[in-house]
Amino acid sequence: MSDVVEKTLTALPSLLSLDSQPGSAKLSSNSKLGNLIRGITELTSKHEEEKLIQHELSSIKEQVSSPNTTMRQMRELMVRAVYCEMLGYEASFSYIHAIKLAQQGNVLEKRVGYLAVSLFLNENHELLLLLVNTVLKDLQSTNLIEVCMALTVVCQIFPKDMIPAILPIVEEKLNHPKEIIRRKAVLALHKFYLIAPNQVQHIHNKFRKALCDKDPGVMTASLHIYLQLIQENAEAYKDLTASFVTILKQVVGGKLPMDFNYHSVPAPWLQIQLLRILSLLGKNDQRTSEVMYEVLDESLRRAEMNHNITYAILYECVKCVYTIHPKSELLEKAATCIGNFVLSPKINLKYLGLKALTYVVQQDPKLALQHQMTIIECLDHSDVIIKRETLELLFRITNAQNVTVIVEKMLDFLRLSKDDHTTVDLAGKVAELAEKYAPDNEWFIQTMNAVFSLGGDMMQPEIPNGFLKLLSEGFDSEEEDRKLRLFAVNSYISLLQGDPSKLPQRFLQVICWVLGEYSYLKDDLDPVVVLRLLAQLLDMKGSSSDTKSWVLVAMTKLCWSETAVSVAQQVAETYSSSFDTTLRQRAQELQHLSRDSQLHSRVLPPGGSLEPVEVDSSLSFLDGFVSEALSAGAAPYKPLHQRQEELSRSKALSLEPYGLSLPISTSSCSITDRQSPTLLSTSSGLSGDSTDFSHRGSSTTLKLDGVRRVWGREGYLAQKEPVEEVAQVEIPSPLRSPGQQGDADSCHSRTPTANPEGDREKQQLASSLFGGLSSQSSVCLMEKSERFGRKAKGQRASSTPNEQRSDPSVSSSSAVDNLLCNNLLEENSEPIDSSTKQTFQHPQSLRVPNGACDAEAIISDDDTKGRNRPVSPEEHVEGDDFPPCEDKSKDLSLTAHLPAELSGFSHSEIIPLCSNRSLDLSACHVQTDNTVVLVVFVTNSSEDANLQIQVLSEELEVCCPCESPVEEVRGHSVSVRQYSLTVKRPLVHFELVGRLSYSAAGTLQSMQFSYKLPLTSFIRPLTVSTEEYGSMWLAFSHDTKQNLTLMKEEQEPLSATLNALKKKLSLHVVEIIGVEGLVACSLLQDQPCLMHCRVHAGRLAVWLRSPVADLPDCLLYHCQRALQEH
Amino acid sequence: MINFLLLFSRQGKLRLQKWFTPLSEREKKKVIRDMTMSVLARPPRTSNFLQWRDLKIVYKRYASLYFCVGLEEKDNELLALEMIHRYVELLDKYFGNVCELDIIFNFEKAYFILDEFLMGGEILETSKFAVGGSVEEADTLQETMEEYMSKPAY
Repeated sequence: MSDVVEKTLTALPSLLSLDSQPGSAKLSSNSKLGNLIRGITELTSKHEEEKLIQHELSSIKEQVSSPNTTMRQMRELMVRAVYCEMLGYEASFSYIHAIKLAQQGNVLEKRVGYLAVSLFLNENHELLLLLVNTVLKDLQSTNLIEVCMALTVVCQIFPKDMIPAILPIVEEKLNHPKEIIRRKAVLALHKFYLIAPNQVQHIHNKFRKALCDKDPGVMTASLHIYLQLIQENAEAYKDLTASFVTILKQVVGGKLPMDFNYHSVPAPWLQIQLLRILSLLGKNDQRTSEVMYEVLDESLRRAEMNHNITYAILYECVKCVYTIHPKSELLEKAATCIGNFVLSPKINLKYLGLKALTYVVQQDPKLALQHQMTIIECLDHSDVIIKRETLELLFRITNAQNVTVIVEKMLDFLRLSKDDHTTVDLAGKVAELAEKYAPDNEWFIQTMNAVFSLGGDMMQPEIPNGFLKLLSEGFDSEEEDRKLRLFAVNSYISLLQGDPSKLPQRFLQVICWVLGEYSYLKDDLDPVVVLRLLAQLLDMKGSSSDTKSWVLVAMTKLCWSETAVSVAQQVAETYSSSFDTTLRQRAQELQHLSRDSQLHSRVLPPGGSLEPVEVDSSLSFLDGFVSEALSAGAAPYKPLHQRQEELSRSKALSLEPYGLSLPISTSSCSITDRQSPTLLSTSSGLSGDSTDFSHRGSSTTLKLDGVRRVWGREGYLAQKEPVEEVAQVEIPSPLRSPGQQGDADSCHSRTPTANPEGDREKQQLASSLFGGLSSQSSVCLMEKSERFGRKAKGQRASSTPNEQRSDPSVSSSSAVDNLLCNNLLEENSEPIDSSTKQTFQHPQSLRVPNGACDAEAIISDDDTKGRNRPVSPEEHVEGDDFPPCEDKSKDLSLTAHLPAELSGFSHSEIIPLCSNRSLDLSACHVQTDNTVVLVVFVTNSSEDANLQIQVLSEELEVCCPCESPVEEVRGHSVSVRQYSLTVKRPLVHFELVGRLSYSAAGTLQSMQFSYKLPLTSFIRPLTVSTEEYGSMWLAFSHDTKQNLTLMKEEQEPLSATLNALKKKLSLHVVEIIGVEGLVACSLLQDQPCLMHCRVHAGRLAVWLRSPVADLPDCLLYHCQRALQEH
Repeated sequence: MINFLLLFSRQGKLRLQKWFTPLSEREKKKVIRDMTMSVLARPPRTSNFLQWRDLKIVYKRYASLYFCVGLEEKDNELLALEMIHRYVELLDKYFGNVCELDIIFNFEKAYFILDEFLMGGEILETSKFAVGGSVEEADTLQETMEEYMSKPAY
């Protein structure tokens, strides 16, 4: 007892003293931490600091591991450890103690423990598993603070795999009486949604409850989730538009409690969140947009320009106005707003104005014209980021007329830029513009030279590759090609004659290739001169061994004259003893080919680079060597993944050789792999940069995409013309409107009158920059100019990621074209939702009250009445898609009724479904590129009838493109219905059940039918490269493995088997490497499945992977069937 | 979403770091180094924004302390600036005329306030929290005391 009292007495004052007074810096400075900090500030050198900290750390280490240390002391120690870590010294020994503190301490100590854990540990740290129980306990605590802390830490770091353990409790907290807990719980769920979306799928309706929470804070928190959800699928949340608008109205109208105000602006964060959501909802949707016009107008009106926070809201508002379906009145106001931003003397606002301009300029080039003088000013702005943003803006308005000026400006910036990311980004953009709009060959080559020399070696590899491809594949006219190549050769020769040591390696490689291929075009050039120039590269200190290989290859191509051979021989000799195996190989090639001129002309005919080279990828010419080695006792080669697989199998406990899930070690490794794309892209080096860029690229793509669609085909183009006219009227504005210039310039210290000379220059610049904008219609901005179409011919065929990025408008427009061509598909793309709903609602009204058991009810019903099904579809569909016809004459006659747009595709046999005296129902399915269409033929052999058909399935989404469910079928004719099918959930076979009700001569009758089709009808070949395959493979989570029988084929059982599979299941064989085969396919267009096959002990070991659950299993079943049948 | 928040002094000494995306230690160090270097090198009278890799950097100086936030491309820079300001207001309210020393010596408190303000890279609380932070602090103490009193054998 006395012990307890003593403890109480000693603990009380410390509890009271340390934390009772907020902001007590003086007290803490007496603490050990204070001593440490003061100690550090007194030091003079980095070395001393290091010594002190090391000393400190060892003393902390000693104390934390001592059993006598109380939790109170531990708390103090942790704070010190955190401080040491912040200074950059590792204190990993304290991690486990931080977890312990969170576990065992009282509230205050716990709090420090949690803080230390969240600062020390990474999301992937294994120690985090030890925290799960603590969090679980605290979540269930009755102490609010503990619950709060637990929720905070869950939001900060929590192992992804353990989310299911706490999810129910976090969910429960959504109903907590305290709003702070509800708010935190919502944010925690938001976090879960971000890192593991499928885990929280089932609680979407609870989010709605959070949205309707009486506490505005909880509602605000729920908007984070909604923003995310709507970003992914706006269609599903259109019904909430009115609610969001109402909320925004209330907020703008000041209906929220005062304490949500920030500098007397009502809940700005909430407003901005709502504006973002609205812009997503209103995109491409006139009806939804109309709902929000009023509140947007109000927001624009209410936000007075007086404080940063209102500017932030205005900016978001403007973006929203330009994203949703346009309304001229609002656009006008938004344009004024942008003007205010751009002309503001505050740099931050100017920057934001430029950003807004960049966002809207493609829709409204007039705006850029209005502000052209400001834009010119910004080009020379002292702040780099303003310059950068201006270039971004110019990049968006580039056309064939202003390209030279804009590219010049961008190159100027590149020359001064020190930031790698910017350099890579800008170099890519310049290359893109050069390819698109190059006015002539000379300019193109010179610009690309600048790109190569400035972009250096960090540049994305696609740029030099694309450039070389462009050169080699050429354009339509031979003569033009020749000129371009010749110009390149000339320019490179002169570069090499200058100082090549300053050129980046990539550029040198490009030069080598071009000289090797095309220097023969220059008649007066002796190859020996070129060889000497190339040889000089070999001797340069900075040349990488990669570059040297390029040089040697180029030399090999050039050494066909007597004198050249001697130079080549010399070089070859030097490098044939190089340590670098690649170099040695190249040197050997050079040596042999230069000696034997006949062989040389056979292997490397001049100008023959266009012929495709056949590569023996299976390396079959090495078979002899391999078998020799094997017979000499060498172990057979196992590829990397197989070795890993075997390794993990030997580690894992599972005795099943091929289970459904991966062995533990591989799965955990693949999880980390999968996470990497979500990481902040900070890893340095080439690969890091390229991923960076692809992220960036995709973001630009998104923007362009949005822009295009808003102003897309029906709605806005009509309205757009007047805008363009205005733009034309305003052409002379750079020369004419001094008022405007005055506005533009007033924000700067320089005035136009003070510097007429400079001003004239600027005006000239303006007219050259914006010239194309006004005279040419803005359509040119969105479409490719003639020249690019020609230039990029080669590139487009190759469809590199670069190309896709550079040209989103084209790809999307061609997609649109496709849609338009295909009447059926276009209709499908109309609101799918409603039509599905329809099909699901009908049966309810008909007979069965419960929608869920509909299908079953009908099936069983069908079975009893099933006699009128003449052929059981089961017999047909299994195994093969298109079995031999039994009823040929009927089939033929019905085939003629196939809709014209489907006649180009293969269709299955037409199966009779059901019939009675007057009606005959048959069906077949047609496989188009991105859907499967069920075609139902109704043959009416008596008089006119009104009929109605419903088709539904649990696993398939059935869309009926026709408007009215009831249709009249005239007597003695055939009516055709189409239903497009998409897969909701993969299954081996899909069954569709249908009901036909018809009224003829006043009587109502109905029939049931069913139709079965295999998964294979939905499988399409997926064309991917081996690299893409590799990266996809790692990203997919669902997999299955099985051994299949190999076909008995003497020669190449693997390729024979794969070909059989390919034929039956329409798969795509990516590559066959030795005993392994890579196969890819996708479920319709968007759900890929990869298959990895390996011949192993006379059987075919197959491993399927897909992001879609069940798909691998179902596909495997079909593979099995296909091979058994064979 | 905010990716990180850093507080550092004019000498480039880190005072507080908060990461909302998982990064390795090495990457964090690189970010910190790059941020201090590029922010401190900014000439006067320039904007408060920077581009760094694919992130937008928003920074603001309060006396001797720089507040620096890394944002994603789609985020609103001005809003982030106000977010920083709000955080400073909070610190000011809690410490009472806050200065760099307060944050150095009580950095864990600064973290606690931040945790109540931002959660998972999003603003948690835009209202009341000015009082909220300190209220909770007091609450904590009270609760602890209650717990302490009710379970003296602890």
